[in-house]
Amino acid sequence: MLVNEFLLLGAILFCIGVFGVIARKNAVMVLMSIELILNSVNINLLAFDRLHGGSDGNVFALYIIAVAAAEVGVGLAMVLLIYRNRKSISLDDLSEMKG
Amino acid sequence: MVLATDIQVAQNIGFGIIAAVMVLCAVAVVSARNVVRAALALVMVMAGAAAQYVLLAAEFVAVTQVLVYIGAVMVLFLFGVMLTRAKLGAEADLNNKNWAWGIPVSLLMFVVMAWALVDGFSDTRLGGTVGDAATQDTATISDMIFKPYVLPFWALSFVLLAAVIGAIVLARKD
Repeated sequence: MLVNEFLLLGAILFCIGVFGVIARKNAVMVLMSIELILNSVNINLLAFDRLHGGSDGNVFALYIIAVAAAEVGVGLAMVLLIYRNRKSISLDDLSEMKG
Repeated sequence: MVLATDIQVAQNIGFGIIAAVMVLCAVAVVSARNVVRAALALVMVMAGAAAQYVLLAAEFVAVTQVLVYIGAVMVLFLFGVMLTRAKLGAEADLNNKNWAWGIPVSLLMFVVMAWALVDGFSDTRLGGTVGDAATQDTATISDMIFKPYVLPFWALSFVLLAAVIGAIVLARKD
C-alpha cells in the first residue's frame, strides 16, 4: 500500500475538522471537530511509524489519545459551567474579551 | 519494479471502503443539524480510524482507540449534549452566520497539504506486508513507553490527574 493513501486521508479529515472549528457556533460541536483533527494526526503518526518501521509513532499516538481524553473532559466541564451561568453555549455570545 | 505481491488488492479495497465511510461521516459531523446525529457520525469516524490502525498493523492503538474514544469520549459528548440543551431535535442555529468562509480556508489548506504530500511521497510504499511488523507488537510498545518514554508518561499521568480534578472543580455545583 502507498503511504500517501493514509496521509491524504489524514489531510482530508484534518481539513474537515478545521472547517468544523470555523463554521460551528455550538461549543460541543467545536469540540467534536477538534476530535476529528486529533484523529487525523493519529492516522498520520501511525502511517509514518509503519513507513519507518519503529514503534515511536505508536507511543506518540497513545499519548495523543490520552491528552485528547483529558482535553475533552476539561472542555466539556467548561461548557457545562458556561451553560449553567449563561443558559447558552453559543460561542458568539462569549464576547466579553473582545476589545 | 512493482511485483504483483506488492499491490495488496484486498488491503487497498478495504482501505478505500473504510476511507470513504470515514470521509462521509466526517462531513456529516461538521454539517449535521442534529447534535446527537453529529455525535453518532463521529462514532463512525472513530471506528473507521480504528480499522485503519489495524490496517497499519497497530492493533494496540486500535484497541485503545475503541476503548477510549468510542467507549469513554463519546459517552462524555452525549452527556455534554444532554446536559446543555433540553431539546434533542434539529436546530437551525448551529453554524456561525459567516460559516461559508470555512470552505475556502479548508479547501486551500487541503490543496497545499495534498500538493506537498503528492510531491514528497508520490509512490513511497509501506514496508512489508501488513501483519508481519515484528517491531510494533504490544510488548515492544510497552518497552518503549516504560523505558525511553517514561518521563512523558509521568507528565501525562499528572496531566490526566489535573484534568480530572479540574473537571470536577469546574463542573460541581457549589
